[in-house]
Amino acid sequence: MKVTKSRSMAMLAAFAALGLVAAGCGSSSSSSTEGVSATSITFGTHQPLTGPAAPGYSEIAPASQAYFNYVNAHGGVFGRKIHLIIKNDEYNPTNTVNVVHQLVLQEKVFGIFEGLGTPTHTKVVGFLNSSKIPDMFVASGCPCWDNGSAQPYTFGWQPNYTIEGKVMGEYIAKHFPGKKVGVLYQDDDFGQGGLAGIKDELPASAIVSAQPYQSGTETLAPQITAIKSAGAQVVVYFTVPIYTAIGQLTAFTLGYKPQLFVSNVGIDPTTVAGLLKTVSKGKASGTALIEGTYTNNYLPSVAETSNPWVALFKKIKEQYDPSVPFDGNVLYGMANAYTLVQALQAAGKNLTREDLVKAVNNNGAKWSGPGLVPFRYSATQHGGYSGVQMGRVEGGKVVMFGPKLTTEPTSGTPITTFNGSQPAPPASGIPSD
Amino acid sequence: MSRVEARHEVDRPTPSGAPSRGGEPGALRWWRRHTLARSLTLLVGTALALGLLSELLNEYRDLQLADAAYYFAVLAGLSVLIGLSGQISLGHGALMAVGAYTAALLIGNEHWPLVPALIASVFVTTVVGVAVGAAASRLRGPYLAGATLAFAVGLPGLAYQYSGTFGGANGIAINPPAIPSALGSSFPLERWEAWIACAGAVLVAFALYNLTHSGVGRSWRAVRDDEIAATVSGLRVPRVQALAFTLSAACAGLGGGLLAVVLQLANPGAFPLVLSFYLLAAVVIGGLGSLLGAAWGAAILVLLPNWTHDLAQSFSLPDKVGANLPLAIYGLLLIVAMLAWPSGIQGGVRAGAGFIYGAVRARRAAGREIG
Amino acid sequence: MTQFINLTLNGISTGAIYAVVALALVLIWRATRIVNFAQGAMLMFTTFLAAIVIEAGNPYWLGLLVALASGLVLGAVLERVLIRRVESAPPLNAVIVTLGLLVLLEAAAGMIWGNTPRSFPAAFSIQGFEVGGTRLLFSPNDLFIVLVVFGVAGGLALLFRMTTLGLQLRAAAFAPEVARLQGVRVGRMFTIGWALAALVGSLAGVLVAPSVFVGPNQFDSILIYAFVAAVLGGLDSPLGAIVGGVILGLVLSYVSGYEGSALAPLAALAVLVATLMIRPGGLFSPARERRV
Repeated sequence: MKVTKSRSMAMLAAFAALGLVAAGCGSSSSSSTEGVSATSITFGTHQPLTGPAAPGYSEIAPASQAYFNYVNAHGGVFGRKIHLIIKNDEYNPTNTVNVVHQLVLQEKVFGIFEGLGTPTHTKVVGFLNSSKIPDMFVASGCPCWDNGSAQPYTFGWQPNYTIEGKVMGEYIAKHFPGKKVGVLYQDDDFGQGGLAGIKDELPASAIVSAQPYQSGTETLAPQITAIKSAGAQVVVYFTVPIYTAIGQLTAFTLGYKPQLFVSNVGIDPTTVAGLLKTVSKGKASGTALIEGTYTNNYLPSVAETSNPWVALFKKIKEQYDPSVPFDGNVLYGMANAYTLVQALQAAGKNLTREDLVKAVNNNGAKWSGPGLVPFRYSATQHGGYSGVQMGRVEGGKVVMFGPKLTTEPTSGTPITTFNGSQPAPPASGIPSD
Repeated sequence: MSRVEARHEVDRPTPSGAPSRGGEPGALRWWRRHTLARSLTLLVGTALALGLLSELLNEYRDLQLADAAYYFAVLAGLSVLIGLSGQISLGHGALMAVGAYTAALLIGNEHWPLVPALIASVFVTTVVGVAVGAAASRLRGPYLAGATLAFAVGLPGLAYQYSGTFGGANGIAINPPAIPSALGSSFPLERWEAWIACAGAVLVAFALYNLTHSGVGRSWRAVRDDEIAATVSGLRVPRVQALAFTLSAACAGLGGGLLAVVLQLANPGAFPLVLSFYLLAAVVIGGLGSLLGAAWGAAILVLLPNWTHDLAQSFSLPDKVGANLPLAIYGLLLIVAMLAWPSGIQGGVRAGAGFIYGAVRARRAAGREIG
Repeated sequence: MTQFINLTLNGISTGAIYAVVALALVLIWRATRIVNFAQGAMLMFTTFLAAIVIEAGNPYWLGLLVALASGLVLGAVLERVLIRRVESAPPLNAVIVTLGLLVLLEAAAGMIWGNTPRSFPAAFSIQGFEVGGTRLLFSPNDLFIVLVVFGVAGGLALLFRMTTLGLQLRAAAFAPEVARLQGVRVGRMFTIGWALAALVGSLAGVLVAPSVFVGPNQFDSILIYAFVAAVLGGLDSPLGAIVGGVILGLVLSYVSGYEGSALAPLAALAVLVATLMIRPGGLFSPARERRV
């Protein structure tokens, strides 16, 4: 008898608690100008601040925030300060869905900016588009963002992985003809997209081994030994920095020194050197294991201190994000933020969410900024940067060389040279387009 | 030798031949004896209360309610497994994955309607549960924990290896469940998802309530408390334990299927190893062996990350501290609960309610004496 | 053929790591009849301390010393403060407490040092031995690891068989009441058992860190594989831990090499289930042991 009564009271208490929680939340009210006021505009983002195989990525959103703080200190855009709410999804799509719903429904952001990751972001694209929330400049090179007809609110930003694969594949075909090629790739859209690009440019007989790995694995020994056994003289890595490091350590143990090509995603020398800082007394330390590696980029290398964009972003970082090293991730975050500011300016003073989307569709292809190549933005194309320039790791830094090459991600499309030059940044550091 | 120390009051079944206490009305006695009547009333009452709650909440909170509901489905089965039958499982995250992938594949690729797909999730996970349960019934304590842990780590590997079927790292994405036109065109999707998930949760609660108050439940407790005595009195111990495991697997399958419907995804990254730890922490902290304990656990799983995020923001804690705070709290509470407070939140609520009730009775008794 | 040789050598060197951690698990089991699920997290913590010491510019051997010393202290303190309370309770309580400890230690490491993996130096060269013109996937450092593992196993076997302390440790675990009557300080034996196991674990952590990097979650799968290895060899047998570790390392290496690395955890599960079904006491179980 005591059991039943106290149990009923316990249930009442539980419902009361739930009711309190509910009362504290209130009901929704939707407005067409959520997230924007006369003095501020708010964006949200989901990032892997913790979790496996994502070192370096945690720097990107704070770097974007640093650039926004700089712009805010100089008057903002049309007098509005830009705010960025950063939420951690631990690279787990369950969390991504919940966090993005929270940003849109509770924090009522104007739009989502720089959502990071393919398995994570693909799970919220449907929700964002059906709720008509701008999904600006996704931090991933998956070709899946490039669909302006079906996903009008979603925009990519970085060149997609197939474009990158094609450019590197063409370079290999031209400069290493007849050599055997091996590919180590992450078993998801990143690696598979890159592999597709490589296969588009190289004859099938040239690729002697293509080894996938799962993010989270602790060893690449089976894959590297397989590539070595196949006799590959050129190896392409579509890896994130930690697996670039692990792969190279394994190759070092095996005494295997093929000509290496690494995706721009996994080459940042500061990050890779940090992971290899103290291994094996100098022989395998720092950047020794990636010296001479070919890579590519669509932004200037952080090592080019004479480049005015690099100098500008470095100065902003020193003031607004001083605790991190100035590496490729920071440059990425700031360059992406620069593009968002360009979009906000093009959208006009009294902007709605549709205005922002139209601004990118109509003007994006003409924007110039820190990028080396133009954007592929139109009503149907939402892809982002159209190509890359080849680079090489020399003296522990990425040195760019050769022409800037652009292409389409579709199989069989040609690679063309872009002859425009990178403009100088505006004197204030804030776009005026 | 595999029971959890039961210093708390367990859901005691009401004995059906109990003599009536002095002055107790016959209706109350009938009520105590008929589990089905009680559980049906609770079912309807809870369903109505949850429906009302979902109307009061905004869409984001409705999504959280849906999350809590599918967690409840898993946690209720797990709580019964650990608390009542004395077995442990660290593999329920993987069992959720089985349910989620089944539902996602059937809804996404084969275009099955919602309810048959969910039934299929339960069925497929039950089959897996039978296999695992048969193995589990022969294992005890740490061996069982280690084996289910290996299961939890190993199963997602199938999604990567056979990425053609399971979609690899990206997993499977499905369309949101269609809202019936009877509800009107402005009915929020999140509220409909909450209704679906709560319906599942209430069903799980109903089924488990009846089972735990029946002969099956008594046989679980008997095996948990003293295996040898149970065997001597005629219970087939391995079979009883396998049944408990299989049932909890069925609940996990439903939870996983509901997850797939609510979040519209099935993905290996959604079922990491740490999920199994979260589930364990939630049932222990909420109160083992109790359905209300599972409800507390589900609420914690959904609300704690936001609370810690807000806490970290208001104290301006660095990212690495704030991001690890939920895990640190779960670990700490797991240890504290086992050492000092094994009955969890539900035990505390019950003790508090019992205390109040006792005080009221004493006051009334004192009043009668004086008057 | 080279692939097979490399996979075999890789299997032996990774198996040696599983063996060392399995040894720690066996040690705690023999001393206190508890499976310490937090073993991987404990050794992660002490390896982090060593990494900090080395990053500050100190020599490798000082870092190793710090790891071993902190392991001793950590094991003793945890036993005294936490585990003592659940030693006489049903096994499920101890399982949950050690799991809670695992979660807490990993979160704490993330809070203190962040979640980014960091590198750790190897004691010896990691360039593979050269045989007939090709380099094998087996370096002086790998050889060092294998030798250390055998040395530790041998030392523990000697400890348990030949010394009074070893006898007292075993007595305290098997028959605490009788041991007390004989004058054995049972509580102290438990503490020593945990401290020794943590010491062995810390050694394992320092040995494996160069190839998996140091981070809060980097040692998770090592715990699971070490558990499988310990069960395979027999939770009561140090020699079994070694043999189990090497066998498991080989199995995983072959499965990863020939089928796919995604299947490695499932292969480990298969080995575990097979062991528990066919010979639950493990390969080296004493004949008199009853089935679990």
